[in-house]
Amino acid sequence: MIAIVNYGVGNLFSLESSFNAIGQNVLITSNPYDLENAERIILPGVGAFGDAAEKLFSSGLAQPLIAQAQKGKPILGICLGMQLLFTKSYEFGEFNGLNLIQGAVKPISNVITHNLKIPQMGWNSLYFTNPSPIYSRTPNGSYVYFVHSYSAFCDEKFITATTDYGAALTASVQKGNIFGVQFHPEKSGSIGLDILRSFCEVKA
Amino acid sequence: MITKRIIPCLDVKDGRVVKGVNFRWLSDVNSPVELAKFYSDNGADELVFYDITASSDGRKIFTDVLRETARNVFIPLTVGGGISGVEDFERVLSCGADKVSVNTGAINNPSLIPEAAKLYGSQCVVISADVKRVGGEFRVFARGGRDDTGIEAIEWIKRCVGNGAGEVVLNSIDTDGVKQGFDIEMLRAVCDAVNVPVVASGGAGCIEDFITLFNEVPKVDAGLAASIFHFGEVAIRDLKLKMRDEGIAVRV
Repeated sequence: MIAIVNYGVGNLFSLESSFNAIGQNVLITSNPYDLENAERIILPGVGAFGDAAEKLFSSGLAQPLIAQAQKGKPILGICLGMQLLFTKSYEFGEFNGLNLIQGAVKPISNVITHNLKIPQMGWNSLYFTNPSPIYSRTPNGSYVYFVHSYSAFCDEKFITATTDYGAALTASVQKGNIFGVQFHPEKSGSIGLDILRSFCEVKA
Repeated sequence: MITKRIIPCLDVKDGRVVKGVNFRWLSDVNSPVELAKFYSDNGADELVFYDITASSDGRKIFTDVLRETARNVFIPLTVGGGISGVEDFERVLSCGADKVSVNTGAINNPSLIPEAAKLYGSQCVVISADVKRVGGEFRVFARGGRDDTGIEAIEWIKRCVGNGAGEVVLNSIDTDGVKQGFDIEMLRAVCDAVNVPVVASGGAGCIEDFITLFNEVPKVDAGLAASIFHFGEVAIRDLKLKMRDEGIAVRV
């Protein structure tokens, strides 16, 4: 069973549907015991970092999530869920994340060429920078769907793919059993479903 | 490089897809779920579902159709039509919509956009504007293009974006249904005024109209159309291959 962490941020219907479409049972849960019993964990999220981090920490789910991550359980953060894996964010202030991957989330406006629109909204290609098992079915250059105004900045060794939006922005990260994707695999057609399929095969 | 998006629009009434020509005549074409799946499989980058039902029964059928679509189609879904309060945002977002477009609702209720942006984020709030030339200015129309609001369109769109709308759908009533091409002049005016994604709507009659759109208005992010896709006059795959040949960034 796959647990989708429900800490009151965003809508989880599409995410649940995408796992069902690849034959996976999911449980949308805010119960720490479910995280313990799950085979793997999805950390979703949309909206602003500070608000989401506050909800995640006050839900009592952050510590169990960190504990499961440290035990080696495969965890996938999606979009803001990926950003929450990092040490901190500078979105509307300075906020602490889960610090499962060391790095910071900063505005893309700092690094992209100024004539590009913010957020980046739409389909852009993935360029692999380090091998990752979640891309076992995915050709280099595949298009996935992004919606974001902030991006993760961290040691290159954690970055598994970038996307070109006036700069090479972090598209996905991995540190051992901890995975994060800035894009939305549940909204990226068959390419996205393949990425979720491959994540479901990652061994604990 | 980010690609230009091609978006089929499905007008849904009583659980069926219909398309108005100049908003007047409607003709039944297909099942929304099947049509959505077909488009997703054939290269659509996103889908717009427009609820043109007036009754509450119809609204229930619409959300059922939406939920069934989101169970089967894994590309972004924008929902519009009958969105007058944040409870309507909640209603369609919980059925799998990713973005919600507001039109008359934002005109009647000025706090709708800021409230929705605060609750759900700007990325899911779309201002959809039906615009027509009246006496030498661009004018916003309400209620499916029937009522002249007297509001100047460019300032209105800027204000909506300032209040938190994260995307603009510009539907030109002057070119809608005419199939002689998008309203380049109106789109330029909007693209120069805002720095969020702009979706062009109204007027596409053939592949060449999309090529002209993206070449003439490089800042436009997407092209939306309905009947030319539904009636098979333009196949999305052919359109995208032609765009690629013309050097336009596109997901093929």
